[in-house]
Formats: sequence, structure tokens, C-alpha cells
Amino acid sequence: MAITKLLVANRGEIAVRIIRAARELGLKTVQVHSAADTESFAVKMADEAVLIGPPMASKSYLNIANILKAAADTGADAVHPGYGFLAENADFADAVQAAGLCWIGPAGDAIRVMGDKVAARVAAEAAGVPVVPGSEGRIDDPDRARAVARAIGFPVMIKAAAGGGGRGIRIAHDMDEFDRLIPQASAEAKSAFGDGGLYLEKVIERARHIEVQILGDGTRAIHLFERECSLQRRRQKVWEEAPSASLPQAMREKLCASAVALAEAVGYRGAGTLEYLYDDASGQFYFIEMNTRIQVEHPVTEMITGVDLVREQIRVCAGEPLRYAQGDIRLTGHAIEVRICAEDPARNFQPGPGTITGLTVPGGGGVRFDTMLYPGYTVPPFYDSLLGKLIVWDTTRAEAITRMGRALQELQVGGLPTTKPLHQLLARDAEVQAGDFHTRWLEPWLERNAHRLEETQG
Amino acid sequence: MTKQILSPLPGTFYRRPSPDQQMFKNVGDAVAVGDVIGLIEVMKSFNEVQADQAGTITAFVADDEEPVMAGQPLAELG
Repeated sequence: MAITKLLVANRGEIAVRIIRAARELGLKTVQVHSAADTESFAVKMADEAVLIGPPMASKSYLNIANILKAAADTGADAVHPGYGFLAENADFADAVQAAGLCWIGPAGDAIRVMGDKVAARVAAEAAGVPVVPGSEGRIDDPDRARAVARAIGFPVMIKAAAGGGGRGIRIAHDMDEFDRLIPQASAEAKSAFGDGGLYLEKVIERARHIEVQILGDGTRAIHLFERECSLQRRRQKVWEEAPSASLPQAMREKLCASAVALAEAVGYRGAGTLEYLYDDASGQFYFIEMNTRIQVEHPVTEMITGVDLVREQIRVCAGEPLRYAQGDIRLTGHAIEVRICAEDPARNFQPGPGTITGLTVPGGGGVRFDTMLYPGYTVPPFYDSLLGKLIVWDTTRAEAITRMGRALQELQVGGLPTTKPLHQLLARDAEVQAGDFHTRWLEPWLERNAHRLEETQG
Repeated sequence: MTKQILSPLPGTFYRRPSPDQQMFKNVGDAVAVGDVIGLIEVMKSFNEVQADQAGTITAFVADDEEPVMAGQPLAELG
């Protein structure tokens, strides 16, 4: 391999995951860290560690100058950004390459195109990948708006062109309502955003979140099947599976082929994920966005394909051609991952950092626990609450759920609250067992089951 | 003895609601019980720090954007 020393520009469980992959590839590792992470497992594991700033992420894990200096000082020749922090920062990707280092990710320009929702939508359409039906850009003429709404089909989402973060959205269920809402929406957009421009998008009411894992070497790309991550709270994934329980085989082939077409069309290099909404009712899928990084839930894909995604990501980004042809990738069995977070599900998921007083890691066949915890470690309050990911594999989905219940029972994390009780209840839930859920299923479920979450505590 | 407002949680202390807004309170400001004097960010969740006694702020012992421990003094009241 063309590289010898990898700098890990991240923290937590993903830093540990990256160091393991690097070590298996014969690479030396440099772990950069904030003052709050001096005692972290990744710092202890790595060959070298460099302090890059105070606890606040903007002054350490997001400090590009300090990270590049650490690379220069240690002689690292590659940088892995993990997920979050600078992983999808195109300027960081460019800066790493300008410093003569190997960037374990796609080129800065690929991040720019696929990270911009409008540009990604255009690239997807050009590659023949379906997107959520909507108006092409903004609509100012009411007659044209009506024609577009009729073509899309109701219900239709009316969005302010200048809005964002869920603000300025109205839903019309028929043409009468549409006619009533359009002037209101335009007036509100004008006063709230200084621009009355609107655009329209189809409402996908019972959508599943399905995403396709791809690997590309800049020329050729392959897919590693899909994951389903429909169980979400506040748009954060809670429970992830591979493959999706809901996708017919013909649809799986179509979806995965579309992801490969899009990845090859943009000359994608590295590991990436194309996210789709899948509408059970109509059997339609729609591209929503691409994540140009390794994702939190990548292990479920590793469990059903046997491919080490982080290792392969490092290889292709270091300039090697993909070692796999599409036909080499076989889907075997079913895998589930649950996120174990330092949050108390009985108290509205209040985060609770603290010191790990005891730790029992589940074992046995088909069980994997990716974590940065060790007994005596103090989880700092400054970063996200993810403590670890419990992943199980079994030959069928039903057996995987049973195995997840067994593994959760073995898992003991002492010293702080965790989301383990939530996952224990989910694993026993009839609708979860039937795979009968969508992206808006979990939140009302949490309200209905609040009392049960309190009872299972402790 | 000086009256103090203590941090209820470990995390990052913020004296403003967002970077482009004014400080919640400045030295010399009067505070009533329940007034918000800052925020503590714990694992990406933001929690208000409310005064548990009334008085006038004589000093901030913790700086804006500074890491703090639970129970650490944030401000002193006169």
C-alpha cells in the first residue's frame, strides 16, 4: 500500500474502529484528540497521540490547522475523518490533499456535488435515479403551481424556497385546500424569509428509510446491498438492519443498480451511502441524498457480506483498484444494530455522562459490540452520547431479533443511564418483529410506551 | 458568604442563547429567582441555567464557552 501512517481525525467508537482496520492493513496510527479525550481508548490504542485543542469540538476536532500540523509533526501520510466532525467538509478534504496527504474519502468536489441537495438531485436525475417528485425549482405563477400539483398528485407539500429546517412547510390534501394555502404560504414566506417564492414536493406518507452502501475506486463502483433505518427519533437512527425486511427482490436489484449507476456517474471513490425513501404503498423509491463518508451503521452491511468496509475504504482511497467484482458480493443472513447511548429513555432521553463503573460485553455466535468504553473510563459531556453499537447476525431476521434480545440481556453498562431498555422493548414488539414500521412509527410508539420504559429501568 | 450560582450539570457553559445574540446577563445586572443566566450543553442537548436565588451579578466565575463540572460556580451574586 502507498501509505504507511494513518492519522485518525475523529474520536469515540469510530476512532477505535478505524485504528483496528489500519492495524490489520499494517499501518501505523496517529490519534489526534482534545484535552477531554486524553484517557480515551483510541488514544491508548494508537501508536501515537497528539493533543489538538481544548474540549470544545470547534477548537479541536474541527480545527483544520491543528490537525494538519499534527499530521506534519508525526509524519502521517493519510487522514481518516470517520463520520461527523470534518468527514463531509470539502474544504478539509482539499486542504488534506493540498498538504500532500492521502484523504480517506472522495475528492472535495465530489463532496460538494453530492452534499448539496439540489446538485445531488440533478446528478441523480441525470443518472436515471428517481427523486421525490416535485416542481423543478421555485414556482411563482399560481396557474403553473396548480398544474404541477395535479401532476405530482395529492397530498402535496408546499415549501418556502427560502425556508429551511422544517420551517415554512404546509401540506395540501386536495385542490381546494391547495388554493387556500398557496396565498397564505406565499405571504408567510414573504414575511418570514423576505421571499415569497414557493416550491412543491410530493408527500411520501408511510416511507421507509432505505439506503444502499457503495464502494468505488473512482472508475468502477459496486453495491453491498441495502440497510433499512426506519426506526428514528428526531431524525436520528435508533435501530438499523440489513437487508431491509420490506423490499421485494426485484426492487432490491433495481434500487442497488441505481445506486451503482449514480456512484459511477460521479466517479465516486471511497465508501458512500445513497439514501432513499421507499413507499410501501406504491412500491416506488426516491433518492433523497448521498452521504460521502463511512456511516455509523456500516457494521450491519459487514455482517451480511463479510466485507470489511473501513479496510476497503482505506485501500481504494490509497489508490488501489477495487478488489471485488459485483458478483463477489453475496448477501447472507440478517444483521441488526442498535445504538447504545448515554441517554435515559425513562426521562425523555436526558443525556447522562459519567464514569463507567462496570462493563459486561455480550459474546457468543454472531454478536459484535463496537465501543470505546472500558471500566473506569469517564464519558465526557462534550460530544455525542453514543457509547457503542451492539450488532448481531443470524440466518433469518426472526432469529436475529431473538439473538439481539439475548445479547441485550448480557450487556451491562454500570455508572450511567443507557438506551438498552428501549431496545429490549423494541425487540419484543410485535410490529418490530413483523417489520411493520416506517420513519414516523417510533415517536408515537415512545409516547404510548413511556410507562413501560420507566418500569424496565434499572 | 458570597452567593453563587452553580452549574447543575457537566458540559460546556454558554452565556448567550446563540453566538450572534446578546449575553443573557452581564455583571451589574439584577437577577430574580428563575432568571436564565446561561446554557449548559451536555452531549449536544442544551439545558438552561436558572438563578436559584435573587441578587445582583458581581462576577462570572466561568467564561463563555468554557467546559464546567457539575456543581462548579458559574456566577457570584452580591
